[in-house]
Amino acid sequence: MADPRLKSIGDLLARQGILIAFAIFLVGFAVFSDRFLTPENLETVIRQAAIIGVMAIGVTVVVIGGNLDLSVGSMLSFSTVLVVDLHDKIGPELAIVVMLAATLVLGAINGFLVGVARLNSLIVTLGMLSAIQGLTLIYTGGKNVDILDQETTWFAIFGRGHILGIATPILMFLGLALFMHVVMAYTPFGRRVYAVGGNPTAAVFSGIRRSRLVFSTYLISAFTTGLAALILGSRVMGSQNNVGQGYELLVLAGVILGGTSLLGGSGNILKTVIGVLILGFIQNGLLLMGFPYYAQWLVTWVVIILAVWLDIAAKRGRLLSPIA
Amino acid sequence: MADTSKNAFATWLMRNPIWGFIVIIFVFFSVSNEYFFDLQNFRNILVQTSTIGLIALGMTLVMINGNIDLSVGAVVALAASLAVDLQSWGVFATWGNWAILPAVATALAAGIALGALNGFIVWKTGVDAFIVTLGAMIGVRGLVFIYTREESFFASNFAYSDFGSSSVGPLPTLAVLFLVFTVVTHLLLSRTVHGRNTYAVGGNREAAVNAGIRVGPHMMINFMIVGFFAALAGVTLSSQMGAATPNLGRDYELWVITATVLGGTKLTGGAGNIIGTFGGVLAIGILRNGMNLMQVPAFYVLVILGVILIAVLFLDKQLNRRGKQELKI
Repeated sequence: MADPRLKSIGDLLARQGILIAFAIFLVGFAVFSDRFLTPENLETVIRQAAIIGVMAIGVTVVVIGGNLDLSVGSMLSFSTVLVVDLHDKIGPELAIVVMLAATLVLGAINGFLVGVARLNSLIVTLGMLSAIQGLTLIYTGGKNVDILDQETTWFAIFGRGHILGIATPILMFLGLALFMHVVMAYTPFGRRVYAVGGNPTAAVFSGIRRSRLVFSTYLISAFTTGLAALILGSRVMGSQNNVGQGYELLVLAGVILGGTSLLGGSGNILKTVIGVLILGFIQNGLLLMGFPYYAQWLVTWVVIILAVWLDIAAKRGRLLSPIA
Repeated sequence: MADTSKNAFATWLMRNPIWGFIVIIFVFFSVSNEYFFDLQNFRNILVQTSTIGLIALGMTLVMINGNIDLSVGAVVALAASLAVDLQSWGVFATWGNWAILPAVATALAAGIALGALNGFIVWKTGVDAFIVTLGAMIGVRGLVFIYTREESFFASNFAYSDFGSSSVGPLPTLAVLFLVFTVVTHLLLSRTVHGRNTYAVGGNREAAVNAGIRVGPHMMINFMIVGFFAALAGVTLSSQMGAATPNLGRDYELWVITATVLGGTKLTGGAGNIIGTFGGVLAIGILRNGMNLMQVPAFYVLVILGVILIAVLFLDKQLNRRGKQELKI
């Protein structure tokens, strides 16, 4: 007889391993740095994580649906450049509308190619990564853009402002996370996304319109990328052409850390939030402890693999892979 | 008779649309630009593509295995930094030009070791190669920045950069290196047991296990091969520049995967070949070179490349659909 307590501990680790890891990191950093656990520092970390976090929420939906989106990084460059450039030309309100519309069009192209034309999502979004980066450079002609009137524009609210005493990026990040969590966990739409990601064939036979559903997951990831561009553009009040370069992989790292399976069909928005925050706290904690900036990348390496390894090890009931 | 041979050619072209594409852009650039159709320019194209080409050779093996390696760009930077930095170490001060040897050897060994590490993790943990190498891509890049202290290294020994611009007979050394390794990898994949196993593992892993292939070590060897090629690319790249920067090789994984997929290798594993990959590499090289000569800003190449990647995927799906078992809704 296996010890039932042991089994339940394994179960707990399997289900909530990411939360436990999160707690260990928090306690660890708090012990080693007395500045770590101050409200100001926590606010800073969540603020900085907000851009990646907002994007990761959309990408989680795509991944749960069984696909990948590698184009969000260059899409972030594109959207940020667009909204910053248009801000001075047509005013912030119109600029935001145009930017979101343009970003949704890019998402729709992704969604069409993956959802309707049934092409491999990794390659499609890889191609789009390249194409959108090119588009951005063509649009700007290689120049960086910035907002001239930085002091008085209300556009500052997204990146620099506060609403009800809470920094707007944090509010957008956590608010969006809560909203998408409800959508994914409690609505028919959410259930369908899990169904399509888990077993596409069964989902189709259950009467789910797979093409349309995959299409809409890409609209969601494009939309969240547009929101992230608002935060980024407003915080910097300017933008380089390649500002989002490499974000797609950091975003994916957060999603994976949150326990979402790349195979689709499983995942959780709130755990993605934790995954993103862990990455943020690792960065912040290591810096406060005096490590060089890039040490966080080494730790991220170890943490990503460990997290996924322990996750699947708990599921298959043995630590090592059965591969010969 | 003529009909069947024509059919065979048509089938071949359908399976390898990239070569049709290469002919089209080759003719197009030859006609529209006076500098393109020139022996010296062809040499240039080969040298320019050799870096991405070398890595793509290894990536083909890994992708036929059904795996992927996203860490190659970071390995390029690490190998380049090691190769350039080590040759100026005091230990080798009396070695003269021979100091290059241990430096390059260490760089290549580092690439092989990182490949082995990736492969070992994939083998022992069963974590998807995409995730393992995504982690490595971030981590190794961090290692590079810490090791170089975010500075560029310059090769003080000119023999090193002379190698990058030297020639063997009519061809540049780097082009020869690329061509030789293309042939070697082609033979490895098409004529050896390891090559056959590569297809078997990627096509049906369970069947491969049942057939007695030791899948884990096999995949690890392929990761070591791609690690070696990434490191070699780092060495050749730094010898071309006579320097190494910590940001070297950024986005290379994307270019390499693009070239490999253009060449017809399937991400799902089990299909692909080196000739196709060579075609994919050439296509990218000709496109970049030709558009550069026509003074098209580099931005447009990015757009065209993305569109072509998706178009090839789309064409491939239309022309070679496994079709019937797929659900039509």
